[in-house]
Formats: sequence, C-alpha cells, structure tokens
Amino acid sequence: MKLAASAGGGLLLGFNWLSANATPPAVVDEATAAAGNLDFNSYLSIATDGTITILSPNPEVGQGIKTAFPIIVAEELDVDWTKVKVVQAPLDTTKFERQVAGGSGSIPHSWDRLRQAGATARLMLMEAAANRWKVPASEITTDKGVVMHKGSGRKLSYGELAQDAAKLTAPKDVKLKDAKDYKLIGQSIKNVDNKPILTGQPLFGIDFHREGMLYAMVQHPSAFGMKIKSVDASAAKAMPGIVDVVQFKNNVAVVGKSTWQVKKAREALKVEYEKDGDLESTSDHNRIFTELMDSPNATVRRKDGDVEAAFKKAAKVVKSEYQCPFLPHSPMEPMNFFAHVRPDGVELVGPTQTPERARNETAKLLGISPDKVTVEMTRMGGGFGRRLAADYVLDAVEVSNLVKAPVKMIWTREDDMNGGNYRPSVRYRFEAALDAQGNMIGYKLRGVGINAGNPTREDNFPSGAVDNLLIDSFDHKSPITTGPWRAPITNFLAFAEQSFLDEVAQAAGKDPIQFRLDLLEKAKKSPAGEVKYDADRMIAVTKLAAEKAGWGKKKGVHQGFSLYFSHRSYVAQIGEVAMQKGKPVVKKIYAAADCGVVINQSGARQQIMGGIVDGMGHAMYGNMTFKNGAPEQENFNTYKLIRLNEIPEIDVFFVDNGIAPTGLGEPALPPTGAAVANALFKATNKRLRNQPFVEEDAYKSIL
Amino acid sequence: MALYKLQINGRSYQADVEPDTPLLWVLRDNLGLVGTKYGCGIAQCGACTVHINGEATRSCVLPVSAIGTSKVVTIEGLSAEGNHPVQQAWDEVDVPQCGYCQAGQIMTAAAFLKKNPKPNNEEIDAAMSGNICRCGTYHRIREAVKVASNKPAK
Repeated sequence: MKLAASAGGGLLLGFNWLSANATPPAVVDEATAAAGNLDFNSYLSIATDGTITILSPNPEVGQGIKTAFPIIVAEELDVDWTKVKVVQAPLDTTKFERQVAGGSGSIPHSWDRLRQAGATARLMLMEAAANRWKVPASEITTDKGVVMHKGSGRKLSYGELAQDAAKLTAPKDVKLKDAKDYKLIGQSIKNVDNKPILTGQPLFGIDFHREGMLYAMVQHPSAFGMKIKSVDASAAKAMPGIVDVVQFKNNVAVVGKSTWQVKKAREALKVEYEKDGDLESTSDHNRIFTELMDSPNATVRRKDGDVEAAFKKAAKVVKSEYQCPFLPHSPMEPMNFFAHVRPDGVELVGPTQTPERARNETAKLLGISPDKVTVEMTRMGGGFGRRLAADYVLDAVEVSNLVKAPVKMIWTREDDMNGGNYRPSVRYRFEAALDAQGNMIGYKLRGVGINAGNPTREDNFPSGAVDNLLIDSFDHKSPITTGPWRAPITNFLAFAEQSFLDEVAQAAGKDPIQFRLDLLEKAKKSPAGEVKYDADRMIAVTKLAAEKAGWGKKKGVHQGFSLYFSHRSYVAQIGEVAMQKGKPVVKKIYAAADCGVVINQSGARQQIMGGIVDGMGHAMYGNMTFKNGAPEQENFNTYKLIRLNEIPEIDVFFVDNGIAPTGLGEPALPPTGAAVANALFKATNKRLRNQPFVEEDAYKSIL
Repeated sequence: MALYKLQINGRSYQADVEPDTPLLWVLRDNLGLVGTKYGCGIAQCGACTVHINGEATRSCVLPVSAIGTSKVVTIEGLSAEGNHPVQQAWDEVDVPQCGYCQAGQIMTAAAFLKKNPKPNNEEIDAAMSGNICRCGTYHRIREAVKVASNKPAK
C-alpha cells in the first residue's frame, strides 16, 4: 500500500507496511536465531556480543508471565537484567510443555524448569571459563553476566564464553540458588513490553498485518438455538471493497479490503434464521433453577458423616440461596486471528491462551496433520478465559480456507459480547446446622447451573471442617454456550460461600473471623474426610489481613471478611464500608495473599489489585440476560464495566514463607465479592445474595 | 470513495476511503498507525482516543470526512522518543497489565494535563473515568497521572 505524493505541500509519507509503523508483532524468527545467538536450551541463548535472549513460551494475556518467566531464568543465570532481551516463543511442543495461559498454572508448572534452564547455562559458562583458565570450576564465580576467577583476577563476559560453553554437555541436577541470594526474584520489575505498549507499537493480534491479506467479519446466529434458514448476500457483495461472502456452518463471512468496508457490508446481509433448539430467556433460567433445586437426581460430589441426622438434632438451621448471571469476558481486544490456509500448511498468528488447542482444532477442521500448522502468539488485550476456546480461531481458518487467501478475522465488540462461552449462570442453596453452642455440625450445598458442569468445588473449605456434609449439583444443558471465566466457578462460588459463612457466624453469635478460624482449627485437629487445602496457610492469611486492617478495632468503618483458596494460592480480604450522607460507600479493601515466593513485586501487586477491581466490578454490575435465546446486552453502553471513579483503595500484603510459588492471575478475584457484601451488611443490615448487586432490591434500598 | 488529506503527527497522509469511515479504521487499516485501538466502536471505552487539535477525541465515531484540516495526534506521535511526561510516568508506575487500553488512557491523560497541569484527585477521577481498563489498572493510572503532573511540561 503506497501512497501518492501530496500535491498540497508538506511531507507526505510513502507508506509501506513492511517499513513503516506496523511491522508484525515481534515473534521469534530465523533472523533472530542467526544473529550469532548460541542456544543453551529451549529458553535461552547468549550471543557473542553478550546479548542474553530469553524466550517466554507461555501466552501473555496481561498476567505478566512474559516478565515473570524471564526473571526466574535470569536469576539463576546471574545476568544483568537490563541486558536481557525477552522474546515471545511461538508454539513449539518439541521444546516446551504447557504453553497455556490459564488456571494460574504457569508459574507452578515452570518454576523448577526455568530455574534449571538458567542454572544449567550458568554452570556451562563457568565450566568453559575453568577449561580456558585451567583452574578448578569450584574457584569460579559469576556476577551480572561476568565469569570471574578471584585467585587470578581474571574475568570473561558470558558473550566471550558463549561459543565454548554452548559446545559442552549440559550438566544434570544442578544446584539452585538459595532464596537469600536472590537478586531479581522478589524485586519490583517493570513489564518488559512497557516501551512498545506506551508508544503504540504493533503488539496485539489485531495489529497484525500481512501484505495482501483480506479482512473478514463473521455473522453468527442472532440467538442461541437458531440456525440459518436462508442467506441473501447480493447487496453485501455489491458494496465497495467486498471480495466475497462465504458461508460455513451457521455463519456467514464477509471478506474485503478493510475493516470498515466489511463491517458495513455485513450490515447489508439478509440472513433469515429458524429455530434449532430451545430459545431460552433469563426468566426460563430462574424457573429451571427453582425446579432443579429440589430435584432428587442431583450428582453427589462429597458426603461426609450423616448430614440428615445432624440437621435433625440441630438447635438452629440457617438456609440461603445465592445466584449469579451469565457474564461475557469482555477483554478490551475483541476476538481476532490471522490465518493463512495454504496447500502445504496453515499459518496462524494471533491472541490465544491455548496455541496448542488452536493448532489441533485447525488440523481437525481441515483434516490435516497438526505439524502442518504453525502458531505464533501475539500479546493479548486481555482474555479472562475467553481465549482458551478456539472458536474464533476457526472462524479465521474457515474463511481463509474458503477464499484461499491470508485473512485477518475480527469480531466487533457486539460479536464478542454475544459470541458465547460465557461464565455460566448458577444458583446455590446453602444450609447449615448449628448445635446449641453455635458449632456448625452440618453443612449442605446444592449447586444448580446452566452448562456449568460441576458448579461446586466440593473439597474447598469448609469441607474437611464439618463432620456432616453433603455437596451435590445438577446441570441444565442449554444452547447458550459457556466456558471458563477468570477463576472458573469460584469467581461466584467464593462470594456465595463466604457470604453464607458470615450469615452462619451471625446466627451462631460469633465473630466472622473467629468462626472461620475455629473451623480451620477443627480441620487441622479432627478433620472430617479429606482436607485438600493447607489450613495453616488459610489461618496465616486470615491473621495477616486482620492485623493489617485492624479488624474490629476501627471506629467509623464497617468491616467485612472473606477468605478463599483457589488455583493453589490463598487470599484473605477485608472490605471497609463507611456511611457518607446516609449511604454506604466501599472505601477500602485489604488483601493478604500467600502465593509462596513472590517473583515480581510490581506484577504480583497489580494482579491482586486488578483481581479485586475485576471481582468487585462484576459483582456490582456484570449482568448478561437473554430473551428467546438472544443476549440482551451487546456493548459497553448496556453492559457496564467498573470505572476508575468506582474503585476502593486497595492495600496488598504478602505472606513471606519461602514456599514454591503459585500463580496470581485468578486467586485474588474470588474473595472480593464477599468482602464487599459482608461489609455492606455490617453497615446496613442488608444481605446481598445475588449478583449483580445493583439489581438487588436490598442494594437499591441502601442507595 | 474519496481522497482525504490528513495532518497526523505533524506529517501529511492521504487515504482513499468512504467518507463515513471512522478515523480509527483509517489510522489502523490504511495508514498503519495501529497504536490507536478498537474497543467498542461506540465511544464508550476510550481505547481509540486521539487528539484532534489538542482535544481528546474518540476516533471510532469520528468520520474521516469531518476532520478537514484539523491536526490529529495519535499515540505514535505524542512524543518523538516515547518520552512524553505521561508516557514516562506510565512506565515509572508500571501501569500496564495487558496494555491494550493504555494508548487511549495516555492520550486522555495527556490532553487533560495540558488543560489542567495540577489537577486534584477528584479532577483526575473525573477525567479518567471515561476510559475502561478491563485489567483494573485504575489505581496505577491515577497514580501515574499524578506523577506526570509533577514533571516539567514538555
């Protein structure tokens, strides 16, 4: 695309995609590999000029993995962080395992592997120096990318040793650093992509450009449970810039020369749909929940003791129901992907949390071997679980396959919000039996969900702390598609459970924190069935949060407590509400987290803060409703996300226990809803049991 | 289709597009300036914010035919070296998580601070609440605006 010279004076740029601003997002390529870089292992290469290149294999979705992974490698390698070049690796199952962004699982999976990668290379560099200097390797030390022999004062940089070292056999079972010697891990290190992000360089999937590519938009059915009856594309095809209109399955794709042209032409499509399944409305879901709540055919998830006997002899029974709506993920970058289906293979570039799934589903769709499909991961403008699915990748593949051209497929915000894979809507019923002393002797949870699979997490607290317990569930199959949404299931279950425990503590006449601590002590001393969480770590975050927030000691604020263990990390939160002009205002949330070793203070703190903002925002406002199978919200004017003027202050504290690190992409979100709702209850005596809060009568009555 | 001459980041560009094409898509598809982001297309999220004659403007709903001789500045042209005080502050505070909304946040903040170089907290909140950050980096955005307001203006 070259532009002609300007007639009106001034500098007119001859714009060329290959040389101008929009070079494709950086991915590893042959040129990088050929620039004198010597590979030490899958993660790292050292160039003779001293440049350290660390590959980050896992997709970067805003969780900070592209910064955290290289920190771990660099720590053991002992290099100057400012000399490290971080590169996103493409999908390569021969070099890497688990190239996934999901389940807060990257750090626990890779902690040892990354440290080994760095430490192994360091030993090889030391051995190369020992060979060259003819001194014992034990006399050699390193510091910031330099190998030193103290006795003789000799020094060589890693770059100078790289060629020799790369030829050596990698040692096995290398000794890793003591935590007390860490120089990088535990520091505050900035996002490695700050510069390109802050200057608007191409980084994201939607920024990808390939000379000659076409743009595509896909029209999906207008409602869940509908299929195409007829398509009249004649008007759309006649519009400027339109190359083709193609149909696959229940979708119609408009393909053309620019995003705006295909968007306008898509509006000119005349597609008729007909019923293909149940056209469900939110009112149907409410009725289905009520029916299933009393169904005798639920799946038992966990049973300890004799729950019916416990309820029979109870001095007091507490019973409550909690419900949440469907939620779209709403990443700021809508779904998009680049696909080029060629006779000899398929090239995929774009934002995906699971590149391997993108590859395998593409191969399956086209009936080719997965090794014919390459996947390069761009930085993602958020994902929140949406990009764990590959439906939108297949949209791009289908279109490219049909039009035989490289295609960038883009969903509009409306497509994205109405494109399914939602957080499922779920209703819970909790029942607790208390004895005369206020001990919880029985506990029942029934979860009913819509395409939620198992909406309970039967081994989570308070399981293990209650002698008589029954957790069961029922799932309603619906045409409305669902999928993992940041902290799947626990994103709402934690709110419901931690709010209910507050209700039980109140009924028992006990302090909410003491009530939970008593249960945790019981889980330690006389566990009921298996205990699949570490009660001591639960207690530690609880006590840290209580201490930092001054639990029960403050005047003028109302505090609410919440505690949750999910995705291997422990987070306790205390919300504070103040009454201002007779209205409750959420002023502050304290968070105490135990994720073991904190890799990067800056990234970790922001994950907690962002998780809390996300948890509070969706608890307050998030609401996706349906009418006859069609989503009733389609953009940010009717679907509200939390904004800057609506956030509380947040203070974050970490437990320092030296335990192997776990992830933080999810664990801070689940406890937030209850920290807020329990504090609002303290302030107003109104209990919020359904989300979003703004739709609750109890909430409307206090605002 | 019509030929539009545009003054963007101190340079002249031209694009042959339909008159109703939003500036956002001209920048992204025709001119290769992809720092300006698509988020909602209906001026609700602020990801597409650019400066039109110094005013923070949503480029997703601004037809190219309405720009005329107005001077457009995008994130790519906010500073030559990426060292505008707001960009510096964003780096110092380490604001970005995913980073997708940040160009729009920065453009909003830069236009705001030009008009109100020493804002108070309420003014910052009011100015920045039109831009959505789905990752929830709002605390750092707020802090970075304050940090930028304490830097010498460029």
